[in-house]
Amino acid sequence: MPSLKDLKNRISSVKNTRKITKAMQMVAAAKLRRAQEAAENARPYALRMNAVMTSLAASVGGSDSAPRLLAGTGKEDRHLLVVMTAERGLCGGFNVNIAKKAKAHAAKLRAEGKQVQILTVGKKGRDALRRELGDLFVAHVDLSEVKRIGYVNAQEIAKDLLQRFDNDEFDVATIFYSEFESVISQVPTALQVIPAKFDAPEDDASVSSLYEYDPSEEEILADLLPRGVATQIFAALLENGASEQGARMSAMDNATRNAGEMIDKLTIEFNRTRQAAITTELTEIISGAEAL
Amino acid sequence: MANTMQVDLVAPERKLASVQALEVRIPAASGDMTVMPGHAPVITTLRPGKLTLVTSEFDQDYAVTGGFAEISTDGVSILAERSLPSAEFTQEMHAELVLEARRAHEEAHPSAADITGKFLADMEALGSHMFG
Repeated sequence: MPSLKDLKNRISSVKNTRKITKAMQMVAAAKLRRAQEAAENARPYALRMNAVMTSLAASVGGSDSAPRLLAGTGKEDRHLLVVMTAERGLCGGFNVNIAKKAKAHAAKLRAEGKQVQILTVGKKGRDALRRELGDLFVAHVDLSEVKRIGYVNAQEIAKDLLQRFDNDEFDVATIFYSEFESVISQVPTALQVIPAKFDAPEDDASVSSLYEYDPSEEEILADLLPRGVATQIFAALLENGASEQGARMSAMDNATRNAGEMIDKLTIEFNRTRQAAITTELTEIISGAEAL
Repeated sequence: MANTMQVDLVAPERKLASVQALEVRIPAASGDMTVMPGHAPVITTLRPGKLTLVTSEFDQDYAVTGGFAEISTDGVSILAERSLPSAEFTQEMHAELVLEARRAHEEAHPSAADITGKFLADMEALGSHMFG
């Protein structure tokens, strides 16, 4: 049976915890709004980019002169997994879910006898994968110093990827990130970026035959593909940013609620213990008076 | 025929402009071009240079470093990789971009030297367009 003092201490400590989680939730909510805005602002560019590349890819894709970024190396033996997670924890299952998805993908590829390399973005994913897949790590991108994710960050990652691709280090690159659906739902997603994959355009050919190209279609496509990789990575980073804040917000909301419940329970116990002490004291006094 | 057209200038991080313009001057890869309403549909890449939007009320210059422009019958959309309104574009930024281009040129494979060299020259010229 804990003493009154113990209970009091516990109550005040849980109250402090609740204050902290409440503050974190509110900070996450503010950051989430900003992250969503950033993702929203980036959407028009990505959509346009994708639309133009899709129509170009459809008209050039079949030919022999198709750029390597589109056609691939002709093999699928070596895979590079780019696992993008947060730099910080305390955001529920966010990091774990992405890592789990990447792990499952890696296991599947290895079972098929393919070679797997892993590039991590964000500390938490690296920590989560280190024990099982640590020997496959080839590089790590640290974004902990970055306050606000910019296109420049995505460009750097893309540059690194393209360089590795040019050096013939891998055949297929897939990025792992979390798609933001809502505050309570973030979906871990895998997206193949190299070689580039496009959905078949709905009204194919009509788009490309409509335009004049300056310079030629091939040249434009060759110019756009590397940018497309950067754009996709940028979009993924922004989605991830929003997802992280969303996950943190709901995790901290839960924590705050749990702390509240705990305080209620402890308070009841505290009152009961105090009442018991008073009753005992009274009994003692009365029985002492009766004895006289 | 309408004498204005819808022009959207978007960068990866934000939409810079979405206006009804009379004309837009684009630094296309193979030379500057002026687009007016009713232009034939063209897709072209951009080189570093000055992009000018002309509307009935104002002219606005932007510095762009690359990207592409899609000119269709319903309007023009310009996807600029890095782009800033001329008021926000400073000498220091330009110096940094030139330095970056020079470094890329020096590190480039000989086979790509033509391209990076041209990029560097365009980048340097951007300064005289913007500040001249």
